[in-house]
Amino acid sequence: MTKSFTEITPALKRRHAAEARFQWIGRVAIVIAIGFLITMVVSIAVIGAGALRQSHIALDVFLDPAEINAEEIKNADFGGVIKAALRTKFSDVTKRRDKRKLYGLVSSEAAYTLRDMVLRNPSLIGTTPKIWFIASDDIDIFFKSHNASGGGEETHRISSKEVAWINEFKKAGDIETRFNSRFFLSGDSREPELAGILSALAGSAFSLAVCFALSFPVGIMAAIYLEEFAPKNRWSDLIEVNINNLAAVPSIVFGLLGLAVLLNTFGLPRSSPLVGGIVLALMTLPTIIIASRAALRAVPPSIREAALGLGASQIQATFHHVAPLALPGMLTGAIVGMARALGETAPLLMIGMVAFIVDVPKSIVAPATALPVQIFLWADSPERAFLEKTCAAIIVLLTFLVVMNLAAVLLRRKFERRF
Amino acid sequence: MLSMNAIQDPVYRDEPAVEADQRDVQPVISANNVTVSYGDKVALSNVSLHAPANQVTSLIGPSGCGKTTFLRCLNRMNDLIDICRVEGEILVAGQDIYDPAVDVVSLRAHVGMVFQKANPFPKSIFDNVAYGLRIHEMTTSKTELQDRVEFSLKRAGLWDEVSDRLNDSGTSLSGGQQQRLCIARTIAVEPQVILMDEPCSALDPVATARIEELIDELRKKFTIIIVTHSMHQAARISQRTAFFHMGELVEHGETEQIFTTPKDTRTESYITGRIG
Ligand SMILES: Nc1ncnc2c1ncn2[C@@H]1O[C@H](COP(=O)(O)OP(=O)(O)OP(=O)(O)O)[C@@H](O)[C@H]1O
Ligand SMILES: [Mg+2]
Repeated sequence: MTKSFTEITPALKRRHAAEARFQWIGRVAIVIAIGFLITMVVSIAVIGAGALRQSHIALDVFLDPAEINAEEIKNADFGGVIKAALRTKFSDVTKRRDKRKLYGLVSSEAAYTLRDMVLRNPSLIGTTPKIWFIASDDIDIFFKSHNASGGGEETHRISSKEVAWINEFKKAGDIETRFNSRFFLSGDSREPELAGILSALAGSAFSLAVCFALSFPVGIMAAIYLEEFAPKNRWSDLIEVNINNLAAVPSIVFGLLGLAVLLNTFGLPRSSPLVGGIVLALMTLPTIIIASRAALRAVPPSIREAALGLGASQIQATFHHVAPLALPGMLTGAIVGMARALGETAPLLMIGMVAFIVDVPKSIVAPATALPVQIFLWADSPERAFLEKTCAAIIVLLTFLVVMNLAAVLLRRKFERRF
Repeated sequence: MLSMNAIQDPVYRDEPAVEADQRDVQPVISANNVTVSYGDKVALSNVSLHAPANQVTSLIGPSGCGKTTFLRCLNRMNDLIDICRVEGEILVAGQDIYDPAVDVVSLRAHVGMVFQKANPFPKSIFDNVAYGLRIHEMTTSKTELQDRVEFSLKRAGLWDEVSDRLNDSGTSLSGGQQQRLCIARTIAVEPQVILMDEPCSALDPVATARIEELIDELRKKFTIIIVTHSMHQAARISQRTAFFHMGELVEHGETEQIFTTPKDTRTESYITGRIG
């Protein structure tokens, strides 16, 4: 001990230095972590932002009455009509290979767009209206990346001829990008320019609903029973250990269980959100039980004693006093578990939710896929245009995860320590 | 003055009188050779103590000597502690409370407890007091419930401070107010025996005097066992006193006798302030 507190000993200096060192290590670690996070989010966001816009091409389409019979509009060859329009616009294209390229400027969806339009308004037949069509994926990517810079070179996917055609459209103001609402409003497609996430989102929503409906009530009831009622003995210890182990089991194992038991033994419908939800519920259950038990344990024993001391029964003390205080903690655990379930891919692959789903599922037994599986599928596709779809879907998934975790944090804040 | 008003409160002053007569005939609490251990640690050994009806028995002794442990045996609160083992016999109104036939929920309704640490529910002040009345369905109408809550709060000397904020959380009160709220909560359900673990530890002299008056008044109908660290309080309010020391019941008897002519030297040193 020094004589005066103003004297600074070497030992004290060393202690301060150690503290400063530790603080610096902490700061550097945080900066590195945030750096990685920002790099990841920004790079995904930059690519994914492209998916929000879609190039459209305007064509003067002569709705030839010879081709389109007003009586049987449905059966008319609208694809042929559009091809004719393209041929008219670029009459110098003669070679068969070039023609095929020319027809590929617009998406295969164009024929349906035109058909629907004529069906809605048959009086168009015989006229030559200007109609906007979705551009095909390669054209879309090329235009979006070169729109700002003006000209644009040929690439290995876009020939010099196509560049010339695009420039011609551009000069006439017949090509532009629009907000891609299709991405949010339609299901999957083989054509990148047509693919959307709605079916995957609906599949995820159905699966999560099933997952929550099963795992939350079962989870909190199990937690309440184990924490408040079950005798503490070897059996309860065994159960506790096993629940903790279950929480650490790789999720694909739950998928295998779903495949073997739910699909093969019970014959539940393959690829359905019902089975997906059950599998996710099995996976989430240990998390919810563990979080709920922690929440129950955090309720001071004096509250239980107060209720029991007044002559409340065990179940009254639990449901009038302890469980309400623990509920925010239980909900937080459930939301975190749900967020994990939302991002889960592996178990869903096992039970066939990896199918190519165009239609938005209408029920929990309809075939469906899920958002992370959709990302996996798109990331696996050879078309380059799926890259930006993949990134955009990742952004959507991350947004949901962030919102869910935020909800959990806010909930915890709001109800923290009321006693 | 305040207290007199409360006692004369017209709400149900005359209602429990009949019951009180019946209780008079029973010796209320007797513990025979009670030994309590927490795991391997013996907290109380061989305690035999009798608390007569309509009297206040105070338990005194140095910190950690087992007063709370003993009190918690009397309404089987120790059942909640896994490692706690109680041996011996405890009779309440002639009935062995550790008999398997005894319903512990009903026992605790009849043997109420005010805990050492104030533990109000994190609910409104009103609900804190009303809770016991509700679960035992002791009132038939909303106004009756309100009357009884008010009556209990008045008896505990808390009404004037909280009458305008009954919907505030019980945990928003000060430590001493919480302690009185817990007393009000316990007496609201009118248990035959009231166990009080240092009910005045956080109270100022005025509030303490109020609670002491309350205890004296409650004694007419109920039996009270109180743990206190204040020799003066024990001398003032209790008819009988028991002195605990290191898990043993050293001596018990008439309060007067314990404080004037203690038989054991340990008792004497404790009450004169030499050990403890
Ligand atoms: N839950 C428990 N688990 C283990 N030991 C306990 C427990 N509660 C009390 N004890 C032990 O039992 C002994 C008696 O404790 P008790 O609470 O009865 O003392 P006390 O007389 O009420 O003391 P104080 O005046 O400080 O309140 C103490 O040695 C204590 O360590
Ligand atoms: Mg104590």
